[in-house]
Amino acid sequence: MHDLQRLRDQALAGLAAAGDETALEAWRIQYLGRKGQVLELLRAIPDLPAAERPAFGQAANALKGELSAAFDERAQAVAQSKLAAELAAEGVDVTLPGRRPQLGRLHPSNQTLREINGIFAAMGFQVYTSPDVETDELNFELLNMPPGHPARDMWDTFYTTTPGVIMRTHTSPGQIHAMRALGPDKPIRVILPGMCYRYEQVTARSEMMFHQVEGLAIGRRITMADLKGVIVEFANQLYGAGRRLRFRCSHFPFTEPSVEADVDCILCRGKGCAICKYTGWLEIMGAGMVHPTVLRNGGYDPAEWSGFAFGMGPERITMLKHGISDIRYFFGNDVRFLEQFG
Amino acid sequence: MTVIRVPLSWLNDFVDIRDLDPIELAERLTLAGLEVEHIRWVGLNPSPRYHVPPERMDEGDGLGWERDKLFVGEITRTERHPDADRLLLATVEYGGVKPMTIITGAPNLRPGDRGLKIAFAVIGARLVDPYAEGTKTMVLKAGKIRGIQSEGMACSEKELGISEEHEGIILLPADAPVGMPLADYLGDAVLEMDLTPNLARNLNILGVAREVAALFNRPLKRVQPELARIAGIVRPEAMPRPDQPAEPFVQIVIEAPDLCPRYTATLIRDVQIGPSPHWVQDRLRKAGVRPINNVVDATNYVMLEWGQPTHAFDYDLLLERAIKAKQGVGTEPVLPPSSSGRSPTEPVLPTIIMRRAKPGETMTTLDGNERQLTPDMLMIADTLGPIAVGGVMGGLETEVNERTRHVLLEAASFDFINNRRTSQALRLPSEATARFSKGISAELTIPAASRCAHMMAELAGGRVVAGVEDCYPLPQHSAVVEITPAEVQRILGMDVPASQIQEILERLEFAVEEIPPPADRAAQRIETLRVTAPWFRLDVSIPADLIEEVARVIGYDQIPTTLMDDALPPQWRNWALESKERVRDLLMGAGLQDSISYALIGAELNRKLLAAQGEPVYDTLAGRAPADAPLPLILDPETLVRLENPLTPAADRLRSTLLGSMVNALAANLRAVGRVALFEIGKVYWPIPGERLPAEPEHVAIALAGPREAGAWLNRNDTLMDFFDLKGVIEELLERLGLLASATFEPATHPLFGPKAARVLLKGKPLGVLGELHPAVRRAFDLPETRAAVAELQLAPLAAAISARQTMQPLSSFPAIKEDLALLVDESVTAEQVEMAIRQAGGSLLRDLVLFDLYRGKQVPAGKKSLAYALTFQADDKTLKDADVEKVRRRIVARLGQTVGAELRG
Repeated sequence: MHDLQRLRDQALAGLAAAGDETALEAWRIQYLGRKGQVLELLRAIPDLPAAERPAFGQAANALKGELSAAFDERAQAVAQSKLAAELAAEGVDVTLPGRRPQLGRLHPSNQTLREINGIFAAMGFQVYTSPDVETDELNFELLNMPPGHPARDMWDTFYTTTPGVIMRTHTSPGQIHAMRALGPDKPIRVILPGMCYRYEQVTARSEMMFHQVEGLAIGRRITMADLKGVIVEFANQLYGAGRRLRFRCSHFPFTEPSVEADVDCILCRGKGCAICKYTGWLEIMGAGMVHPTVLRNGGYDPAEWSGFAFGMGPERITMLKHGISDIRYFFGNDVRFLEQFG
Repeated sequence: MTVIRVPLSWLNDFVDIRDLDPIELAERLTLAGLEVEHIRWVGLNPSPRYHVPPERMDEGDGLGWERDKLFVGEITRTERHPDADRLLLATVEYGGVKPMTIITGAPNLRPGDRGLKIAFAVIGARLVDPYAEGTKTMVLKAGKIRGIQSEGMACSEKELGISEEHEGIILLPADAPVGMPLADYLGDAVLEMDLTPNLARNLNILGVAREVAALFNRPLKRVQPELARIAGIVRPEAMPRPDQPAEPFVQIVIEAPDLCPRYTATLIRDVQIGPSPHWVQDRLRKAGVRPINNVVDATNYVMLEWGQPTHAFDYDLLLERAIKAKQGVGTEPVLPPSSSGRSPTEPVLPTIIMRRAKPGETMTTLDGNERQLTPDMLMIADTLGPIAVGGVMGGLETEVNERTRHVLLEAASFDFINNRRTSQALRLPSEATARFSKGISAELTIPAASRCAHMMAELAGGRVVAGVEDCYPLPQHSAVVEITPAEVQRILGMDVPASQIQEILERLEFAVEEIPPPADRAAQRIETLRVTAPWFRLDVSIPADLIEEVARVIGYDQIPTTLMDDALPPQWRNWALESKERVRDLLMGAGLQDSISYALIGAELNRKLLAAQGEPVYDTLAGRAPADAPLPLILDPETLVRLENPLTPAADRLRSTLLGSMVNALAANLRAVGRVALFEIGKVYWPIPGERLPAEPEHVAIALAGPREAGAWLNRNDTLMDFFDLKGVIEELLERLGLLASATFEPATHPLFGPKAARVLLKGKPLGVLGELHPAVRRAFDLPETRAAVAELQLAPLAAAISARQTMQPLSSFPAIKEDLALLVDESVTAEQVEMAIRQAGGSLLRDLVLFDLYRGKQVPAGKKSLAYALTFQADDKTLKDADVEKVRRRIVARLGQTVGAELRG
């Protein structure tokens, strides 16, 4: 019996010392394996005097049970501490950068164009487009600017080598295209986004190519009050609610009355800063009631129909929005610029 | 847009504005359509509402002249400095307790001068430092020169911040009140206005004054007798024709009344050419015109004040020419189709003839340049030949000069369109053409000429010969327009009663007549107004023009803000736009950056795209419809749509392919970053034979270069993107649009590309092209030694597919079996052929097929390649057994053997 006690102490001490799975397995084989010391003891029972056998057998079985339980407990503890060590080793610096999928970005002009399209779509304006290369007739004459008209000086024009064919200087010829395609006896509500071209030195503030979005609404009861309403709605949606707007008299040969719309400066909120040239106002679009001659040229009777038109520059809007100082970035295709947006 | 500068001191001659804050005035004008871009403050402190910070102000802006330090002074005595030859001592009265002595070196002051009025600064005054660059201010300090104390200073314009002028001191008019603070006497604010072309009538002080009078409902001042004759007169028929001169001095013949409907001439005798007094020079300078001499200054002054350009001829020179012509030197025949009605009488008189230029005619204009004239230009000629380009520029020969004694003053009216064309053709824009080319009233000629003649008499001591020679074959008619409150309501959406419309229009000097309703409705209110435009309004012809007048005087801010209650027009799905944006979204999802490049390119761009060829052979449409054209379409630059007036040769024609600008963008970006993945959706421009306008199809271009991954610490993959990255993007795009099944790729040979290039077809029709750039093209674009893959696709066929349905495939609940298949085939066998054989033999049980390895080398015989596929088999109705799969597999292997000669690899 004394042997049993010694074996127990020795085994438990050995178990406590086994710190990993290999040591545990060695211990298990040594004590609880088929040739292990505990089974050896049990196997030795028949050699004992019969009187000792039951007591010894009981004690040996108890020892086997105790050691098995101790082993399970120890194995679990070792497994746990192993897992804990593994998890501890998995620990990371969470401030390391993540694995980022490579996604492309939207060009800032297209971003603004999508915004504009969306705002006007909600007001029932649909997108209608027309060519970049245009006739003098559509770009000027039918818009109430006969050849030699002084107002033509407002648009520096690129002429092509084909007489009478020019690069459109504005999206306004789209008004005639739209009226002729969608009219004559139906109301119209369209916006006409597109690229325009001007014979202008390229500088930080002026480009030879830029987008414009023209708008046109024609109906039997369309008024200048409606025009103001649409502009106010648009400005509040694009620049945020609560904008102040200012409407100034202006001149475009294809609208009468004509108007220029200003919004309170989005940077200084009207206090005056370099962006608004200390006026507190930013010009956002030119507009007006469609000139009767233009309505007639589009196939509408100006005595029965009236309409308004407006035009704005998405690049300018984008520049104000993102604080872009130089318009030349837009078509320079420098990814270091483009990747800052969208 | 035309810029004019309006000094408020000058404006105040015509309408009382002294009580108005310049800011308020500027805002009201701006809202009414006369945009004030900027206010220049001269000697006045800016209004508190002026927000421009001092460092942003123009020269002199913000230098308010201190009322207790700057005065109108009078020099009572001038003598030489006892110890300095070049310096003078002047005694100045300025309203102080005792006169002060100053030391000055002013070149326009001489010993003995007295009674001269000057701008006087006492010690401590803040002035502009005349020797500093730009505008720096300084404080005037007491100084001693050779023993004599200077107690103040007589200022130049520069020291006061008025102009850059520092040659001499300012000499004020004799009636300037001594002791008055200078700010009150000379202080000013100048409105810089940028006016739209319809506002020709406002390009002058009087024109702006009329607006101010109407907008603020104030009377126009009629201080000058000439003004009284004109300003109150509304209808041209009431405008008196001038008296004919008692003694004839010139004969006027208008041969081209369509180009010159009126010509008037006034004679001013015995002028003395010299500098103008300071007040004239001051006004001219503030208005942006350089003073020259009293006669020229008078013409400029009247042009700025009234808007009528005039021209001063040396009358003696005209006479000499007339005599020469009479002696037979000249060749000009005198035809009097429309003359001032006077027959030439003895002695010889100059004859002024308005006619078209003769072919090949030339003339030297007063800038000294010889001008080639063409028959569509209006000449002012005499019997010897041309003496001026009508309304554009005078001739050198008859110009007023220092010896001029008598001045023949021209005030005429010209066709504005012809005037604009001539000034553009001769590249002679001027203050005169800025006005004539926008259309000004012929009625303006006489009053402006009269004002100018009197001014010359005043400034140059001349004598105006009574009467005016006036030739006016095509009298101007005033527009008469009828308007109703109902029409105003229909356009503005605001009720304006007839009485208010009338009141506003009358303020603007329109004549308004009420048209009584017809007899059967006599009890009704008057609803129609007949409106006659004042003589100076050439811009009014229809009711809408009057509606704008009413609206802008009431103020656009008074118009209500409403939402349209008109019928909503029919709405439609815009598939073209939706699908374009879907393609954009898909490409962005594929990791590509959206971009936009210039549609205008230079000739060299297409040439560079074909750099792999010694002599470029350009693509052609070859009679194909644009939709059927195989890409890329690198057209001969000579055949592209070309600009007549390019800004630069690098942007003088329209692109036929997006690839030129795409490769440019690649090259530019690769200089700054290592990896570029770009796309653009944009128009190309294809000239179509027999059509005036080009086709403008939209294309999609893609460009890839650099490592596959962005090169972060986690996933470094420095493998370069190549043809298959590009093809993968296109396959993904096509698949997502439901088009991959109808697309085929076939090898392409095009000089743009090296051997890795393919055309992509959609249902057998060309869709686009993709490939890796030929090394020669890369070099031509200065691309680094790296792979660059580009593609161009037509957008329309992609867009047409967007509404296509994608039929759902049922999902099987039975297990799938995966098998690998490794094959040896000849190099000439394509992957597509192998795949097709597998799919055909695999039938409905073959659910998926992925090529997972392509191998050449060890264990593969030369001329062969090894392809390894992972096959997935699955049935919808049962669990497949190995025997089922084995049957299909044997069928596949057999088919591969027959069709492409494939053998199984062990």
